[in-house]
Amino acid sequence: MRKVSIIGVGMTKFGENWDKSFRGMVTEAGIQAIQDANVKGDEISAGYVGTMASGSLVGQEHAGALIADYMGLNPIPITRVEGACASGSLALRQGVMAVASGLHDLVVVGGVEKMTDLDTAAVSQILGGAGDQEWELFMGATFPGLYAMMARRHMYEYGTTEEMLASVAVKNHANGFYNKYAQFQRKITMEQALNAKMVADPLKILDCSPISDGAAALVLAPLDSASSYSEKPIEILASEQASGTLALHDRDTLTSIKAAKIAGELAYKKAGLTPKDIDVAEVHDCFTIAEIIATEDLGFFNPGEGGPAALEGKTKIDGEVAINTSGGLKSTGHPVGATGVKQACEVSWQLRGDGEETQVKDVEYALTHNVGGSGATAVVHLYKRGY
Amino acid sequence: MKESISLTWRRIPERYKMLGSHCTTCDSHYFPPRMVCPTCRRKGKIEPFEFAGNGKIYSFTVIHAAPAGFENQVPYVMAIIELDEGTRCTGQIVDATRKDLKIGDRVEGTFRKILSDDPEGPIHYGFKFRLKK
Repeated sequence: MRKVSIIGVGMTKFGENWDKSFRGMVTEAGIQAIQDANVKGDEISAGYVGTMASGSLVGQEHAGALIADYMGLNPIPITRVEGACASGSLALRQGVMAVASGLHDLVVVGGVEKMTDLDTAAVSQILGGAGDQEWELFMGATFPGLYAMMARRHMYEYGTTEEMLASVAVKNHANGFYNKYAQFQRKITMEQALNAKMVADPLKILDCSPISDGAAALVLAPLDSASSYSEKPIEILASEQASGTLALHDRDTLTSIKAAKIAGELAYKKAGLTPKDIDVAEVHDCFTIAEIIATEDLGFFNPGEGGPAALEGKTKIDGEVAINTSGGLKSTGHPVGATGVKQACEVSWQLRGDGEETQVKDVEYALTHNVGGSGATAVVHLYKRGY
Repeated sequence: MKESISLTWRRIPERYKMLGSHCTTCDSHYFPPRMVCPTCRRKGKIEPFEFAGNGKIYSFTVIHAAPAGFENQVPYVMAIIELDEGTRCTGQIVDATRKDLKIGDRVEGTFRKILSDDPEGPIHYGFKFRLKK
């Protein structure tokens, strides 16, 4: 297998992009990534795109063909992949496999979601499809509701508090304040987070990532030829994916996402790294509790210690491990199919030293953690500089 | 979620009677029913099993922002119930508010209306739970 690298990254601003279409956003991000990689369109031989629900959200299936067409990449094959909120990382993983195997040299990877053309109740119902439609959603559960039940159990088993949850939102908004691509470039206070409107007890509106539009894209190349395109290629050290039960109620525990734990362990093993080696991580904070659980599942903190660690500032830019320097899903926004690809963009900027105000010092190893649904799909990637 | 009449009809035994399944090889119970025992796979022997609906609260939340079809029910309590047979399922807890509930409380199944799609569409029924007195 060949070593794989990221040679170009690009993304649109995330947010309520009323003036931008599904095809427009993915094309904008794709062109940026291709220009950043300094490659010509006809050097690219395949593409993979992650989108969770373009059919339900904008009535458009066949996203691969649409993108090949509108990016001017016909006739190369572009394939859509779907794994709910982990669709973006799934697309990246398909790209990694295609380059590693030698099947393709230059591959473009995209992630996109257009969510604000529908009202909140309709979007909430569509996102519900990431869970068990017949046995969770039909009963009246929502995604905030499922994560709220994880939070309640985490509080019950470990004494995690609402302040600990809120501290994740405050920290991610503080990071997102500096991110020009973020939906919410503003800081929030602990008081605002704790007094925000209840969505699904104990999760309040500021514990939840928003409904967003956006796209992100990458160009991948074999590491051994990456330097002929990019001065600062990023090596992908591991790309691991695991599955868990579709319904939350079928899990052995609600305080850990087993699939994420397994994907993380496989990735560390593949790269010969341990959690202590990681300097920067973009983790899937669709809800504040999800970031706390992620930092435990990935081995940064022991089970039950993720909440206190967040409250004590151990996950800030200058903490033990910088978590969600972009602002995470919370502040950057969560156009579901785009999120996994955006995470790879962010850690690439961190490794290149282009993190600007949120740049972490001496970054050597980075991690991305992307979760589909309440944890039925999880993907972990590890990265370092390839130059 | 607008459901077709055939889907509603197909799910009646499961939604009305909590008909799940039981693997006689490992003595695990499943709800909703499964065709394959994930533990035993081809060595498993699956038979139908009707749950009584008794159990305890494993976790719960109060939904304030509802998905389409549930808007007129907010706030309502959703829970993961650990049934006495060991398997867990998701359902609403009726006739209770946040302050009445804690993890571990005993509940029993109760047959209720889940939602109706529109005034002329089918009414979907199924199981919910209530605190056991």
